Amino acid sequence: MDFISFLHYSFIQKAFFAGSFVAMTCSALGLFLVLRKMSLIGDGLSHVSFGAIALGLFFGFYPFYIAIPIVMIASLAILKISEKAKVYGDAAIGIVSAVGIAGGVILASVSKGFNVDLFSYLFGNILAISNTEVVLSVLLSFIVLAIIYFFYWDLFSATFDEEYAKTTGIQTNSINTLLTLLSAVTVVLSIKIVGIMLASAFLILPAVTALQLAKSFKIAIVVGGIVSVLSVLLGIMFSFFLDLPTGATIVMINALFFGLALIYKRL
Amino acid sequence: MSLMRMSTLIVAKNVCVRYGQTEAIKNISFVIKQGDFIGLAGPNGAGKSTLVKTILGLLPLSEGTIELFGKPQEQFHDWGKIGYLPQKFSTINVLFPATVNEVVMLGLLSQKKWPKRISKNDQQKTDKILQELDIQTLKTHMLSELSGGQQQKVLLARALVAKPELLIFDEPSTALDPQSRKEFFLLIQKLNKDKGITVILITHDTGYIGNYANKLLYIDRTLIHFGSISDFCVSKKIGPYFEKSDEHIIWHQHN
Repeated sequence: MDFISFLHYSFIQKAFFAGSFVAMTCSALGLFLVLRKMSLIGDGLSHVSFGAIALGLFFGFYPFYIAIPIVMIASLAILKISEKAKVYGDAAIGIVSAVGIAGGVILASVSKGFNVDLFSYLFGNILAISNTEVVLSVLLSFIVLAIIYFFYWDLFSATFDEEYAKTTGIQTNSINTLLTLLSAVTVVLSIKIVGIMLASAFLILPAVTALQLAKSFKIAIVVGGIVSVLSVLLGIMFSFFLDLPTGATIVMINALFFGLALIYKRL
Repeated sequence: MSLMRMSTLIVAKNVCVRYGQTEAIKNISFVIKQGDFIGLAGPNGAGKSTLVKTILGLLPLSEGTIELFGKPQEQFHDWGKIGYLPQKFSTINVLFPATVNEVVMLGLLSQKKWPKRISKNDQQKTDKILQELDIQTLKTHMLSELSGGQQQKVLLARALVAKPELLIFDEPSTALDPQSRKEFFLLIQKLNKDKGITVILITHDTGYIGNYANKLLYIDRTLIHFGSISDFCVSKKIGPYFEKSDEHIIWHQHN
């Protein structure tokens, strides 16, 4: 099959379209998470979404409709546990993450009927994205990107120097909550692209690549976006022609970009 | 002396701050007037940073009251009037790829309502302050690439860009060599004298600050002295905090 025919497939077009939007969202948000040392929140929340998707399948609901609110609640739980229970953020992520996985395994065991469906979410499959999922992914990505745009300076200031940000009247606690909620939505979106197991890599890798190359924060956002979208486009293409799993290929290309950036920086 | 010079910027009454059961500072009262240059000194763990952070609203008051620019602190929202220069890199994210231009612009956010956007006018203000501090050539450099003295000037530019009436410094000279420290203190003195900006400066060096400040606020969890430095030097309050030889040096520096 030639490249032009490949581009004519509607499922490829849908994957390109939805994947690019989610990629841009992940890279922009990932930058703030990496710089705030919150990279692992993506990992924890993706584990929670395993439980949430299991819950959706258990009750016969469309899993993403259930996953988004549950993962958002879990993200707030991580914040509250680390604030109120005198537990460090990484430990709070560990607690919530474990509850998510354990809940999913118990539900899968009790139901005995949807194990295959549930495990298909572990590695994602963007080539099988439905029209509804395309609309949902693009819409939610657009909302997350718009929020980042409107809170850009608040997020910038609170990430660069939280204490100073407070002295300029920025409500840094609210900004932290906002960032955590946006992470929840973004993690659920990235599950369709790369799956539960690799969702956090999709958030972290474009950001750390951009940080190797960028000479300003704005450039970091642009570079991260380009790397992330390119990884999705190339990942879909290579996985199609080489018959490889798409999510894993996208992540490997992201990792390759990171490696190249590291080499370039040291030259 | 004009009426402006006499206006009151901070009134602190019986300020107490507790961390859980631990009393960090207690019963501290003072009044800071426009044009003052206050050296805030005291031994390690005396509560200097705690006091400053409480004034800035970063830490909650346990007891007492603070008035800022004539308003109770909880009703004060005009944070652009106060410029803050934290202890060097104590809170800054050093991996953040921020340029000097981006860092200085953060100082303008206190004047903005949501959604905060940077205008051409803001860029002009930023350019102007970079020029005034003679660091305009560093505008596109990343903060992490600069020397300690240059970084300190950038953070000063961030504190000054919104044209504050009060500048608060938390040990600004920690990472500076003696020459850079002298230049930095002279710059602060110039801002105080020429532009009438009120200054509160935390320092360990009671001897050095006397060359610049007109008043000393010396605390050791509670207020030890507030007033002229020369009064502190000849008072018996100095005794428990300095060796005889130090007292002698400080006395000579201020008399």
